[in-house]
Amino acid sequence: MFIEETIAAVVTPLGEGGVAIIRVSGSEAIRVAEPLFRGRRPLSGLKSHTLAYGHVVDPESGAVIDEALVAVMRAPRSFTREDVVEIHVHGGVLVAKTVLSLVLRQGARLAEPGEFTLRAFLNGRIDLAQAEATIDVIRAKSEAALKAGARALQGAFGAQVRALKAGLLRLTAEIEVHIDYPEHDAPEATYVRIVEGLTDARASLESLMRAAAQGSVLRDGVETAIVGLPNAGKSSLLNAMLRSERAIVTDVPGTTRDLIEAPFVLGGIPLLLVDTAGIRETADVVEAIGVQRTREILERAALVLVVLDGSRPLTAEDASLLHAVRGRTAVVVVNKADLEVTVREDDVRSLAPSLPIVFVSAKTRSGFEALEAAVLSVLGFDAAARPETLVTANARHLELIRRAHAALDEALAAAREALPYDVILIDLRRALGALGEILGEDVRDDVIKEIFANFCLGK
Amino acid sequence: MQTYEGGRYDVIVVGAGHAGSEAALASARLGQRTLVLAISLDLVAFMFCNPSIGGPAKGHVVREIDALGGEMGRHIDETYVQMRMLNTGKGPAVRALRAQADKHLYSLRMKAKLEAAPNLTLRQAMVTDLLVEDGRVSGVVTRTGAVYRAKAVVLTTGTYLGGRILIGELAYDSGPNHTQPATELAERLRALGFRMMRFQTSTPPRIDGETIDYDRLEEQPGDPEPEFFSYETTAPRPEPQLSCWLTYTRPETHAVIAANLVRSPLASGAIQSVGPRYCPSIEDKIVRFHDKPRHQIFLEPEGRGTREVYVQGMSTSLPEDVQIQVLRSMPGLERAEMMRPGYAIEYDALDPTELWPSLMTKRIEGLFTAGQLNGTSGYEEAAGQGLLAGINAARYVEGKPPVVLGRDQAYIGVMIDDLVTKGVDEPYRLLTSRAEYRLLLRHDNADLRLTPLGYEIGLISEARYRRFLDKVRQIEAERERLLTVRLRPDAETNARLAEAGLPPLENALTLSDLLRRPDVTYDALARLFPPPEPLPKAVREQVEIQIKYEGYIAKLLKDVEKQHKLEHKRLSPSLDYGAVYGLSTEGREKLMKVRPLTIGQAARIPGVTPADIAALIVHLEGRRTIEVGRHG
Repeated sequence: MFIEETIAAVVTPLGEGGVAIIRVSGSEAIRVAEPLFRGRRPLSGLKSHTLAYGHVVDPESGAVIDEALVAVMRAPRSFTREDVVEIHVHGGVLVAKTVLSLVLRQGARLAEPGEFTLRAFLNGRIDLAQAEATIDVIRAKSEAALKAGARALQGAFGAQVRALKAGLLRLTAEIEVHIDYPEHDAPEATYVRIVEGLTDARASLESLMRAAAQGSVLRDGVETAIVGLPNAGKSSLLNAMLRSERAIVTDVPGTTRDLIEAPFVLGGIPLLLVDTAGIRETADVVEAIGVQRTREILERAALVLVVLDGSRPLTAEDASLLHAVRGRTAVVVVNKADLEVTVREDDVRSLAPSLPIVFVSAKTRSGFEALEAAVLSVLGFDAAARPETLVTANARHLELIRRAHAALDEALAAAREALPYDVILIDLRRALGALGEILGEDVRDDVIKEIFANFCLGK
Repeated sequence: MQTYEGGRYDVIVVGAGHAGSEAALASARLGQRTLVLAISLDLVAFMFCNPSIGGPAKGHVVREIDALGGEMGRHIDETYVQMRMLNTGKGPAVRALRAQADKHLYSLRMKAKLEAAPNLTLRQAMVTDLLVEDGRVSGVVTRTGAVYRAKAVVLTTGTYLGGRILIGELAYDSGPNHTQPATELAERLRALGFRMMRFQTSTPPRIDGETIDYDRLEEQPGDPEPEFFSYETTAPRPEPQLSCWLTYTRPETHAVIAANLVRSPLASGAIQSVGPRYCPSIEDKIVRFHDKPRHQIFLEPEGRGTREVYVQGMSTSLPEDVQIQVLRSMPGLERAEMMRPGYAIEYDALDPTELWPSLMTKRIEGLFTAGQLNGTSGYEEAAGQGLLAGINAARYVEGKPPVVLGRDQAYIGVMIDDLVTKGVDEPYRLLTSRAEYRLLLRHDNADLRLTPLGYEIGLISEARYRRFLDKVRQIEAERERLLTVRLRPDAETNARLAEAGLPPLENALTLSDLLRRPDVTYDALARLFPPPEPLPKAVREQVEIQIKYEGYIAKLLKDVEKQHKLEHKRLSPSLDYGAVYGLSTEGREKLMKVRPLTIGQAARIPGVTPADIAALIVHLEGRRTIEVGRHG
């Protein structure tokens, strides 16, 4: 902390409001944000203190994440008196987090709680009284973050990080012991063993990263649109689902998901209604596909539930709706299964060949298990990765996991080239350090403890 | 006891072990009138435990001592009986030299050096009292009534301080090797308010080398072409090197120990003091690692003029009769005659968070401490601290700021920072794994890291400094050559490469690019493309390491640069932590105890959180802002 690295964070409260702002501050801010932005001109060419319209893209895949307004504020005329880039995106949690993780991948470090304000103070932007007030904020925030982190560490995530760390620690000690005790008679860690150990550790890290990505779905929710013609039963379906499970408390520091954002949980997964302010609108209004608003809603949603009225034959509007969600992460929900069902599964399938189709009755609450299973399945949770087994990591954890992974990559490359032990250990210990940081432990002492705990040494 | 005035000095060094000798020589060489008081003048720089110096991290320290102008490096080069380079295949950072010493010669010659040093007076005396006036040390009193006065005092009390020996059921007050313990001084330090700890260590028996059956042992000879600790040593000792020998414990050995555990104060719990994990007694090894079928036992000669052999790996507090049985249970030692039994010793040490990074105590100005008194173990650790304590005592007398080595600069810096920042809960041993910048703190570059500083301090002679600068110039010139000479992928070049067994070039490359390939050594490269004049081995080695590991070195240097920003934010030693807004209770407590001198150091204190550091920075900057406001 407090060294002149470029830092980034989502500075608007997650999950509230219509706009999320990702702030990047530091001498590298523009370089870091540049590859993410597609606009009329590059960020480096923007005038200070102007807003530019464009899109945020994933620089690796080129995929568009969201449309965005981006502001560049050059030092010293910014809040921190450093170069600052602010990226304004739509307020959804997932979009904001995705943009943040892209920024971090470009080399920024996740800001510590209160760090922007602290920089503002250190650079003479605010006075001591304000800064002292900031200290309280920093402390409160770090305690909240600590608590949130501690909760995460109690679960499957913590267990996996601890196991991974233990494995790496063993490997490190196996190598270190022969460095500090060259004559020790334990078998020497061979390159084959080191490469094997590193490969295993990297694989576990990767599965942890995957699980954490799915886990963040658990924590942050899946942006979900419920679409269907009027009277298809969207509201009653929603109401039925709302009754089925209590609102959940999430891991995002300081936020308890209230009814606005994540009230409904399906199969253990919180679903966030897209355009929450307009639930009723979303639920009731979609009269004609092709309406700009509906298209936008569909575009933003990560999951679409298409509700059909099972008691009536398919209409042209139903057909164009189904056509519009082809290839999307979607489930077709045929409602009113308590009445005489006239919609034929084959007809639906011919319009949306790859989507699961479930028959439910909001009224009698039948078919909900099938709906849950279908939702889990389209979201990629199979039997081996049920939500309750998944890990929930926060942004800080994810950044550290990425750092550990990058370090292991380098250690592995060095080991494959049979570079000397001390060189391999540089990156191995970096990886260990990152995992230790997740757990809040000083790894340097751990390595020494591990050596003396496992090897009988002495002069 | 009637006292008398014994004389006035600039610096008094109490103790003449490995820490005391370095401290005294440094202080005297820096021009301070220096008095050394030792309990026994027959035991100057005596190796009470293993007759060996160096090894990983420890050997690095010896080279650092040498680069700073200390004595240990050239001294062991003059008195070794065996020299071995360890870890040769494990990377440049962890290669380490280790010597077996002629322990008696080592001691005698160090005494002679102390006797011969200008400005240095050597006396046999037991110090029983410290004179303190207005919070400053002003002298010492000896048991025989002499009062010596000085502006600075360096305490290096080793295991003499409150020493107590344990052998089986037997326990008695004693310094190391059955010498007089320093009991009054221990009480005096407690009375002055110092937080003290009770530590413990143990040593193995010595046996008669003539009664060892060497045919049954594995021989460990020295290197045929030995390297040296001192950058100034050029030629090996003329005498042939002596070998060490390896044997193992057997199930019978373990059975004897297990049957007699109750008679070992270390294993039975009769000793409550804290012993080192890294140097367990043989009984401890059997208990803690009972699955291990055998333990290594190294037999090390104690010198040329003695038949005594050190039984490394068998430190013990078992009773004498059991020690004999244990020894004779091992291959090659069936008829071994034990000449001295091993023993455990308890002693008093100071909580090193009582010290500033200069090794001066916070409680009493002008009082410095080094070695086992500071909670460390090992001759090299002691000597490294002794050198710095001696330098800083001399500088204190002259009114100069202390020399503090960074963690990126020297193992000695890592050690002292660990001691004064984190404290210790067991005797502290240096390990290479304690250094976060291990690849920078190499054995081969200690001179590059520290000789300029040694010269600036005044312990490196002009002549030596000029030789050093020549070496630096040769390294730079050769690096420059390798970085600039480009090879074209033409037939002639590729033919030459093929001759040396190297793959042909596809693109134009510099010699340094070629050297970066894992399969290319400097020597192979220099044979094909020789430098204008042949270069000494140390230069060739340096160029090779610097180029081959450039990427990793650069990566670490970037970390160092970040860390420096924190180390450059200084904290006042008298900072009132009660007035710092927003510190946590634990953080405030720890900061008040350690009183760190930089933000970097503060951040390393266990229990101080990033939020505490933020509060400290805000406090610091706030004050600065206010002051700037006032003055400008």
